[in-house]
Amino acid sequence: MSSAADAEPAVPAEDYLHAERGPWSWLTTHDHKRIGVMFLASLLLMFLLGGGYALALRMELLTPGETVMGRLAYNRAFTLHGVIMVWLFLIPSIPSSFGNFLLPLMVGARDVAFPRLNLASFYLYVLGAVMTLWAILQGGVDTGWTFYTPFSTATGTDVLPVLLGVFVVGFSTIFTGLNFIATVHTMRAPGMGWMRLPLFVWAIYGTAIIQVLATPVLGMVLVLVALERVAGVGFFDPARGGDPLLYQHLFWFYSHPAVYIMILPGMGVISEMVPAFSRKNPFSYRVLVWSTAGIAFVGFLTWGHHMFVSGQSTFGSGAFSILSMLVAIFTALKIFTWLSTMYRGSIWVNAPFTYVLGFIFLLFFGGMSGVAVAVTSTDIHWHDTYFVVAHFHFIMVGASLMAFLGALHYWFPKMFGRRYPESLGVGAAVLIIFGFIATFLPQFLLGNMGMPRRYADYPEHFQPLHVASTAGASLLGFGFVIVAVYLGWSLRHGAVAGRDPWGSRGYEWLSDSPPPEFNFHEPPTFPDRPHDYAEREDRPEVGHAL
Amino acid sequence: MNELLRRMLFLPEQGSTLASRVDHMHYFIVLTTLLVGTGIGLTGLVFLVRYRRRGDHTVTPRIEAPNWLEALYISIPLSLFLLWGALGYRDYVWARTPPEGALDVYVSAKQWMWKFSYPEGIGGVGVLYVPAGRPVRLLITSRDVIHSFFVPAFRLKMDALPGRYTEAWFEAVRPGRYQVLCAELCGLDHSLMRAEVVVLAPGEFEEWRARQQALPPVAAGESSEVLLREDLATPLVEQGRAVAVREGCFKCHTVDGTPHIGPTWRGLYLREEPLTGGGHIRADVAYLTESMMDPEAKVVAGFQPVMPSFQGRLNAAEVASLVEFIQSLRPERPVPPAAKEPLYEQRRGR
Repeated sequence: MSSAADAEPAVPAEDYLHAERGPWSWLTTHDHKRIGVMFLASLLLMFLLGGGYALALRMELLTPGETVMGRLAYNRAFTLHGVIMVWLFLIPSIPSSFGNFLLPLMVGARDVAFPRLNLASFYLYVLGAVMTLWAILQGGVDTGWTFYTPFSTATGTDVLPVLLGVFVVGFSTIFTGLNFIATVHTMRAPGMGWMRLPLFVWAIYGTAIIQVLATPVLGMVLVLVALERVAGVGFFDPARGGDPLLYQHLFWFYSHPAVYIMILPGMGVISEMVPAFSRKNPFSYRVLVWSTAGIAFVGFLTWGHHMFVSGQSTFGSGAFSILSMLVAIFTALKIFTWLSTMYRGSIWVNAPFTYVLGFIFLLFFGGMSGVAVAVTSTDIHWHDTYFVVAHFHFIMVGASLMAFLGALHYWFPKMFGRRYPESLGVGAAVLIIFGFIATFLPQFLLGNMGMPRRYADYPEHFQPLHVASTAGASLLGFGFVIVAVYLGWSLRHGAVAGRDPWGSRGYEWLSDSPPPEFNFHEPPTFPDRPHDYAEREDRPEVGHAL
Repeated sequence: MNELLRRMLFLPEQGSTLASRVDHMHYFIVLTTLLVGTGIGLTGLVFLVRYRRRGDHTVTPRIEAPNWLEALYISIPLSLFLLWGALGYRDYVWARTPPEGALDVYVSAKQWMWKFSYPEGIGGVGVLYVPAGRPVRLLITSRDVIHSFFVPAFRLKMDALPGRYTEAWFEAVRPGRYQVLCAELCGLDHSLMRAEVVVLAPGEFEEWRARQQALPPVAAGESSEVLLREDLATPLVEQGRAVAVREGCFKCHTVDGTPHIGPTWRGLYLREEPLTGGGHIRADVAYLTESMMDPEAKVVAGFQPVMPSFQGRLNAAEVASLVEFIQSLRPERPVPPAAKEPLYEQRRGR
């Protein structure tokens, strides 16, 4: 289990966690690793809050009629569930935490290009989150996380603080993206060409481009809604000559690419873990790279598939339908390539790899149901029903979350220098995957039956499937509790990890675990291609729980 | 086969000509997805077993994808998806193109009700009557926020936008009653914004239409005004009714039990009403009077605070006569339009 690397006195005291002490040293740090960890902690807090809302919603939907909350409370609860989960958890999740932590390590840099901006982006995130949470204390908002006008400009609830909160969080996203782009362009270690970037770096880079190009549109449209609410400017209000569909176009121009902000980093995580746990080079590095670029590009051209029944032109719907099919191709390519990477490999099914399997399953069915709703005729029926809810939970939440949890388990030893109990990890992963499917599979069928989304109350014939879904949700919640408990325990009491506990050839494992303050003791050289495993001796410190 | 798949996928009955088209596309998508999914799943399973790690230092070969395989990986799903897209789009164009000679119905949505009117002026709230076997074109609009007209059994959905008309059409295949839901979040009672499509045999529909046309125009409330002449027993009640007509109360309040912009007056007197701010109120003389003078003080749940104040516009005698009129509208007389079969029979009888 333990190893030569641990025994080496590799200046153990000065890892980034202990280089400076005290809360102040954390709050003023410029170290990308500490900022990544602070993001991770805040994100987990937001996930807890959003998850709490989710369970409350599922309780309410257990029976038709009013159970635990009234209709207004329900509308507010699902809005905040969506706002918290989308804007404060899913969008920043992997880039801001793992991206921050790993990107400089993976390109052999001491830090990101703009460390102060990085810290500013964390504080903007906190500020935006606080503004949004303040809105909750004020009573909350009932517009849904999409803030569709003219409802959002007409409703009596206080939309402004949430709009501003999301606006501020958007700036955090833009800054993070800028920082990553600059880092990848200027701070790669000598000799690291573009086609030698680790796949996770590619994914984060593609994500950063979407973040920088699309988020300003969101900021703009939120300002327009705020102006419309406060000053009565008629951008969207037909009574003042505005166009109620304009908002939807602008909103989805950002928010559809935003889906790829959520899923691309997850694909990057999986592209790291599949080679690592198959001990194989990627079946096709270039396919994984170019499909990332393709998703980042074509993702901008598909927003109109959210509007097939909105009254947009019939031809427009057809065009957006076909363009959406193209995005699906890149995803299909990735799935095939991961699968082929496992061919003749040496596959180690541990906790992170269980999440990989869960990811591929959810991505496949989430993606296929995505193509299904991009088919214009079937979408007439499915649009705004639980089928869509199930679809986007599968892909945005399920797949992203699998990748997030996989990343958390995979890089936990790197971040904190400890290992967690592997068998417990596999058990919890199986429970979470099963719970997730049990929660959302019934919702596909609910959508088929015609159950619209955002219903506080529903006709009785929908109830059995709601009961099934709520049962699944409680399993899912239980799974998360287990993960929280053993990871929390492992922070202090886990076995010491050693430099490379998985036998991975990712560049980040060349540094100590946890890494020293400036990532490497001496300037690193990366002689091999990334993820190159073929015909080579394994590193000695690997310990398998086989 | 159709019936089996429909039941397995929990799809509602196929009430329109569009439904079976959409469903067949649906079956095609689900079956190909499951087929491909099974293939991927089995391959993964075989790999997991066959190539599981046997030792700490297993050496693996270097394998790179040949170009032809990458091309195959692209072309198989691409052709499949484009096929889906094309077949679906064919049906979509069909669904978006109303045939000639369709029966026009104007659908007007507002928080939280559906109003239907026919070009000749008849219409009503909450129930859409259409003939079976004839295309019906809906011209949909909204008076406030965006709603979405959704009939699951018809696989029909179209947004209702303020300031615009959108168009949808369907052809119901057999007589029956089908639920209408609102599919776009529109506020507090979004989930209760329901209506019904009543599909009649063509002959019955014509009968219904003829009867409706025989009635005086049915702007909300006015029809009930006519219908309820038998209630008008005393002069004070008669006077209250006249005041209500003069002040335009029937623009928002019905007297036949249908909720409109405001609560119905039918059976309102001494009823316990839930309030928007929580709690209940008994609609006694004091509350009715207060509501006329300060309507936003206690708003009944489910309604918007849109009523103007009548402070200074009504004198004491007029208020008293209005209250008397409301009192006279006893609940037990007419049948409120709940979803029960005999209801339409009775309506026809009127």
